[in-house]
Order: sequence, then structure tokens, then C-alpha cells
Amino acid sequence: MAEATANGLGQHALHPHDAASVAKAETHQEHPIKLYLVVWAWLFILSTCSYLVDYFGLHGYLRWSLILIFMMLKAGLIVAVFMHMAWERLAMMYAIILPPILVLVFVTMMVLEADYTLLTRIAFFGPGP
Amino acid sequence: MAETTLTHTSQLDRPPGWRGIAADWASDQRAFKNVSWGKAMMWIFLLSDTFIFGCFLLSYMTARISTRVPWPNPSEVFALRIGGSEIPLILIAIMTFVLISSSGTMAMAVNFGYRRDRRKTAILMLLTAALGATFVGMQAFEWTKLITEGVRPWGNPWGAAQFGSCFFMITGFHGTHVTIGVIFLIIVARKVWRGDFDVGRPGFFTSRRGRYENVEIMGLYWHFVDLVWVFIFAFFYLW
Repeated sequence: MAEATANGLGQHALHPHDAASVAKAETHQEHPIKLYLVVWAWLFILSTCSYLVDYFGLHGYLRWSLILIFMMLKAGLIVAVFMHMAWERLAMMYAIILPPILVLVFVTMMVLEADYTLLTRIAFFGPGP
Repeated sequence: MAETTLTHTSQLDRPPGWRGIAADWASDQRAFKNVSWGKAMMWIFLLSDTFIFGCFLLSYMTARISTRVPWPNPSEVFALRIGGSEIPLILIAIMTFVLISSSGTMAMAVNFGYRRDRRKTAILMLLTAALGATFVGMQAFEWTKLITEGVRPWGNPWGAAQFGSCFFMITGFHGTHVTIGVIFLIIVARKVWRGDFDVGRPGFFTSRRGRYENVEIMGLYWHFVDLVWVFIFAFFYLW
């Protein structure tokens, strides 16, 4: 890798075999096809399950928790296996997966804000048509 | 799975776990050791795209919580009449399965790409593109149906006015992503078919030589499109 070797002499002196090992390890992400087929099947099963949640008309906390569980399982399978995140180094995983999780702070803020907006609307315009 | 993990990381002589994070992120070196710049940049682009869709879903959530008018029931809005009975949400379910299937064929294409099987890689990528185009077609049908029923960004016959604007914004942006993905799938499939990655033919725009890793980078984008749909399906259609 040209960019790795060109990265500076200092790094080279510290880690003599760094550039060579980077070039070797970078190239391949090869896994048995069976793994993909299994994940594919699971995605189908999970999608069917989340559709059935609506089909059977479940409601309330049961509905919401089931939706969230199936959603997270599907998202996890796609990111971990299809996008090969499970085989990346932790430095990569944390750089990519941590920031979206921090969006939950934003979600909390907007839930509070929206609740407040609803209260103000009800107070000034009545409980709705 | 164990053996693939070994071949992938054992060549890299670096500490694992938290010590590895500290070692990789320490100064004056590249942070992503066994990831090429192309893949790292695609991941970072996808991260920024995550925030875009995150903001859309957040604003949808805010609008839905804060309105006094009842939200239209997606289960009924997206029902189709098939064989004389209303089946709730069926079109969206089919779209979900089509997109998941396309994700599966894309994963296969990446796999065959690394095995240097040009024919299978190109065919699987074209199949992925076809499934993606099917998805966009069904979305166009869905939009047409809703527009003829009177859904507009400023109102609809069933309830809260924000339903239309959220729907068109979120699914429209996702559909755009799918469309762009289909176009790039066809471009990369053509390159694979022609053997560009075997002979190291320079690309037409950057004149850099492509590698079979380009298929995987394309795959990252495509799986991301599927990933976004998982969240839209859960929060917009099912909630």
C-alpha cells in the first residue's frame, strides 16, 4: 500500500513490520457461502415476524417492543455479516457504530420537546378535532 | 466462521480489544489498519447518511408525537385489495422481501468477486440491480395509489396533515438512494463483466485501477440501503 508506506519514517522506525502486514491483511473478506444463506433465511424469518405483528393487529407495548426487537436483530445481522463488520477491528467498529447510538440523546431531547409542544397545543387549541 | 476470522486478522500483528483501539487510534498513523481507504471512506459516507435518515425519522417522530389530530393508520392506508379481501400492509411486506433478497444476492456477488468468478459476480450484481429496480417500481405504484387517493404533503383524507410530508420525504429519499444504487450496480457489474479488475484497467473518471474490493464497497452501500429500509419499515409502516 503506497499510502501506508508513505506515512512517515517515524512510524516505520517504531513498527518495522507495520506497512507490510497492513498490505497483506487488507485484501480479503472471504467467508463460506452457507453463512450468507443462513443469514438471508433469518432475515426472511424476522421480516415475516415483524409483518405478522401488524397482521395480527397486536398493539400497545407488546407491539412496540416486538417491532424494535425484530428491527434490531435484522439491522444487526445486516451490519455484522453482510457488511462484514463482525470481522473488522474494534477501532473501526467503534468509529462507525458509536456515533449513531449517540443519536439516542437527540431522540430523548425531541421526545421531551414534542411532548411539550403537544401540551401547549392542547392548552391553547383544545384536545383536537 | 472461526477459520475465516483467523485468516483475516491473524496476519495483522497488533493487540486486540481495547488495547487495540488505543494502539490503532494513537497519533501519526492510519487508524483503520486492515481497511483500505476506499472502504473506510464508504463507511464514513454511510455514517453521514445515517445521520440524514436519522434526522428524517426524528422529525417524523416529533411531528407524530406533537400533533393533536390522530395519525392515519398505516396498516389501513397501505392495505391492498387482493382477491376480494383487504390485506393490511401487503405491498410494503413484498417490498421488504424484494429488498432483502437483493441484499442477499449482493452478498453473494461480493463473495464470488473475491473468488474472481467474473461471470457469477456480474450476473448476481445485475440480479441485485433488477430487484432494486423492482423495488423502485413498486414504490412508484405506491406513490401513485396514495396520490390518487388524495394524499398531499399538506394534507390527507384520514388524519394528521404531517403524514403526507413525512411519507413523501422519507420514502422519496430512500427511493432516490435505491435508484442511485441501481445505476452504480450496473456500472460496476459492467466493469466486472469486462474484466476491468483483472487487468487493472484505469477508471474513466479517476483513472485509478479498480480491484475486486470495489464490489465489496458497492455492496456496503447496497446493504446500507436495505438497512435504512429496516428502520423505515419499523418506524413508519409498523409503528
